[in-house]
Amino acid sequence: MGRKEDNIKKAQAIMHKPKYIRNIGIAAHIDHGKTTLSDNLIAGAGMMSEELAGKQLVLDYDEQEQARGITINAANASMVHEYGGEEYLINLIDTPGHVDFGGDVTRAMRAVDGAIIVTCAVEGVMPQTETVIRQALKERVRPVLFINKVDRLINELQLTPEQMQDRFVKIIAEVNKRITRMVPPELKKEWMVKVDDGSVAFGSAYHNWAINVPFMKRSGITFKDIYNYLNDGKQKELAKKAPIHKILLDMTIQHLPNPIDAQKIRIPQIWHGDLESKFGQSMMNCDERGHVALMVTKILLDPHAGEVAVGRLFSGKIARGQELYVIGMPGKARVQQVSLSVGADMIAVDEIIAGNIVSLTGVKNAIAGVTISDDPEVEPFEKITHYSEPVVTVAIEAKHMKDLPKLVEVLRSVAKADPSIQVEINQETGEHLMSGMGELHLEITLYRIVNEHGIEVNSSPPIVVYRESVEKQTPREFEGKSPNKHNKFYVVVEPLEEAVVEAIKSGEIDPDAKIKDVKAMMRTLQDLGLSKDEAKGIVMFKGPNVFLDMTKGIQYLHETMELCKQAFAEAMRLGPLANEKVMGVKVKLMDAKLHEDSIHRGPAQVIPAMRNGIYGAMCLANRVLMEPMQKVFIDVPQDFMGSVTREIQQRRGIIVDMSQEGELTRIEAKAPVSEMFGFASAIRSATAGRALWATENSGFERVPRELLDKIVAQIRERKGLKPEPYNAGYYEG
Amino acid sequence: MHGKSGLVFIGLGINDEMDITVKGLDAARECGCLFSEFYTAALMGSTPERLEEMIGRPVISLTREDVESGDLILEKAKNERVGLLTAGDPMAATTHADLRLRAENEGIPTEVINGISILVAAPSALGLQHYKFGRTTTIPFVEQGYFPTSPYEALIKNFEAGLHTLVLLDIHSDEGRYLTADEAMKTLLLMEKKAGGNFFEEHPLICGLGRIGSDAAVIRCGDIHSLKEKDFGPPLHCIVIPGPLHYMEKEALKILGNTPEKLLDDY
Repeated sequence: MGRKEDNIKKAQAIMHKPKYIRNIGIAAHIDHGKTTLSDNLIAGAGMMSEELAGKQLVLDYDEQEQARGITINAANASMVHEYGGEEYLINLIDTPGHVDFGGDVTRAMRAVDGAIIVTCAVEGVMPQTETVIRQALKERVRPVLFINKVDRLINELQLTPEQMQDRFVKIIAEVNKRITRMVPPELKKEWMVKVDDGSVAFGSAYHNWAINVPFMKRSGITFKDIYNYLNDGKQKELAKKAPIHKILLDMTIQHLPNPIDAQKIRIPQIWHGDLESKFGQSMMNCDERGHVALMVTKILLDPHAGEVAVGRLFSGKIARGQELYVIGMPGKARVQQVSLSVGADMIAVDEIIAGNIVSLTGVKNAIAGVTISDDPEVEPFEKITHYSEPVVTVAIEAKHMKDLPKLVEVLRSVAKADPSIQVEINQETGEHLMSGMGELHLEITLYRIVNEHGIEVNSSPPIVVYRESVEKQTPREFEGKSPNKHNKFYVVVEPLEEAVVEAIKSGEIDPDAKIKDVKAMMRTLQDLGLSKDEAKGIVMFKGPNVFLDMTKGIQYLHETMELCKQAFAEAMRLGPLANEKVMGVKVKLMDAKLHEDSIHRGPAQVIPAMRNGIYGAMCLANRVLMEPMQKVFIDVPQDFMGSVTREIQQRRGIIVDMSQEGELTRIEAKAPVSEMFGFASAIRSATAGRALWATENSGFERVPRELLDKIVAQIRERKGLKPEPYNAGYYEG
Repeated sequence: MHGKSGLVFIGLGINDEMDITVKGLDAARECGCLFSEFYTAALMGSTPERLEEMIGRPVISLTREDVESGDLILEKAKNERVGLLTAGDPMAATTHADLRLRAENEGIPTEVINGISILVAAPSALGLQHYKFGRTTTIPFVEQGYFPTSPYEALIKNFEAGLHTLVLLDIHSDEGRYLTADEAMKTLLLMEKKAGGNFFEEHPLICGLGRIGSDAAVIRCGDIHSLKEKDFGPPLHCIVIPGPLHYMEKEALKILGNTPEKLLDDY
């Protein structure tokens, strides 16, 4: 029996003892070394050869991930580690750092109790570092810190030992600043990372070594020694003395909580049912005798097993053949296989108990974010909130007509496995529109469709997704008339309060959910800045837009309200400027005049009347087009600074900040996504490949007025519309 | 109407080309341009060809969009005498009031030549007194997001005021769909359920009428729960829900409508 098989056996034994389990994630800014670290841990635990660690990237098992050197899916692995004479099972989830795949990070955090936050010693705390810390703390996932790439401080930046320590202190302070900002007061002190107690480690994942203070004390290795090892190029020797997996897995076991302790803190945050109920108590105590409570955090598409639901089991146990319910979906499903994951391998087991991360096959209705239980009536978990706004779209069609049904099926499961991918069918042209978080995100998804699912497709160049909005309040009530002229709707629109838009984006308000408790929603809206009268009129949301009924006592209006809602939803889906989605608009129905007889106020009359009312009111409120923006972070040797700034300025970019880090200049810029296509190769040739860069989506901003007409005409022509949008007079009918 | 140009609304009546009045026929023949509109009501017993033959002039059939926008009609009517032929009475069940007012506002003289309307024909067919009809209502096809209960509420209010209710049925003539009396009765019962009422438990008497004004007319009076399963034949159909009955009306419903006597006891 090899060491790997031996460990799988041990893992199966430990998974029944939650006290000896740690569910952890590794999260970081892109290129700070998460996957390299994961591989080291897995190798150290005997799940792969030690020579390959740092080079093989086991968790990047996707061909695309290895080719590009980045992690796309959050993969997981289980390993066994000995600490203080006991054996522990560590379930590890690696998460992507590229912002295009941010949705995966949020979901992965739901499954784990602790997180190793990795930062690069050279770059320090980057925007995505801050994001992952926030995502972890929102889920009450406890952090420890690993400062990676320490060798570069000496070999590249040539810092002195004192400068090196200063830098560590600075990074730790930055991290703690972000932790204390986001944890509840009672946890602040305990959850801050500290050098002295060993919740901070330093090292180089690539060179397989790490240290922290407790280890230094035990082994007698000092900072000075480390400095000398690095200076003399003896990192291999150091790796023998201070193997990274040992230090970091020790740190994990010592500082990150086991499921029993963690769930007491986490359940009240992620589950909003009655904590005193039997079900609530069972989860709080991670009780295997309670009802099943599984939260699905990811759907994997396995070529053999099909859709695999991966998730965290918070209560109860799941056995092969068991019948389970996906909450909110009809019917029940029979579990075909229960397994532990080790990289791309799934190890089938008979049953798994609360506190573990499990993979299930056979649960067909499951999608990322659902709750699975053996009791169909249980309160589901808090939705995993990741308000992903796709910013780039490609149109796809099958090269061969015979592949069309297969393409439809594949797109459906792609969207299911990656909720930040949205697929729509263009009703006019019949082509499929696939939208995602960035150029790279779509490129990789397309690659998978072609190479993994074997469907040849034609795809359009990437197109930017725009949004429409309004600048001010409509100066007067706009009258929308029905085609038969017997019904009139009076509409006012205005920019929606920023706080409401934020609440929708952050998931505090779910725009797609039916408003169950109207009173509570009224209070929420009032707290967010709507007047009492406005809040009372809440009818529905559509994306980051709201529809308010400000009328009083109009006969028959309630009979047409469903139609008004349809018109509102349609108008928000296809804005009046360029048929792009609308954002940040408040639509108020002020008055209505309706025909006596129901036949003269049916769908064919009311929907166009209300829609024209909204469109016309938007015209009077000054329509604006919003374009997606990206922050761009570039590290480049000073000599190339000029080329980089030129490259940015050519792309309507602005330099936000510039700073000096030793030899390197760090540039922070902001540019429209539409101008950033092809940036990768442009910056490579402008800097002879010396620039390190990353981007982050940064919301939508108004298209400059001088470009508005041109861009609107381009979008409209692409969609087969006449180049000029209609004006208010047209909607007055 | 004086002068050459203008817009004449001409009612064609309820069944075939023979229902037009002599006055209406003369007026149609004097028009320079004739349009017809059959989306709000239809002339089931006739065809456009037979209508053209009868009048001896070509007739242009308009879509709903053409009539609702009205631009085409009004533009023509500025220069010549334009006739708009509609089933029934032009201003009754089908309301072209908007078009008429727009014409007048633009200085185009208008005229209305009445036609026989179901509003008159249905009470006549059943022998019910015209004085005693309340608000007329219409049952629409059930559509996504549109299921009004106001027709049901209207008939109850009429009944409470001692009045009968004429219920018209939805027409989608462009799709060849006409709501039938039996379907409409099922819809009425669904409306009752949605509104949480019990009117039809206490007053199950209902009258279904088909093809009134034609040789193939059918009249069925009886319990809504059994009539809703009956086939009323080809369109058009309508429904009458009797209010409290005068003894002459009871007699008429018995003789003309073949109403089972025990259903009339409570009225």
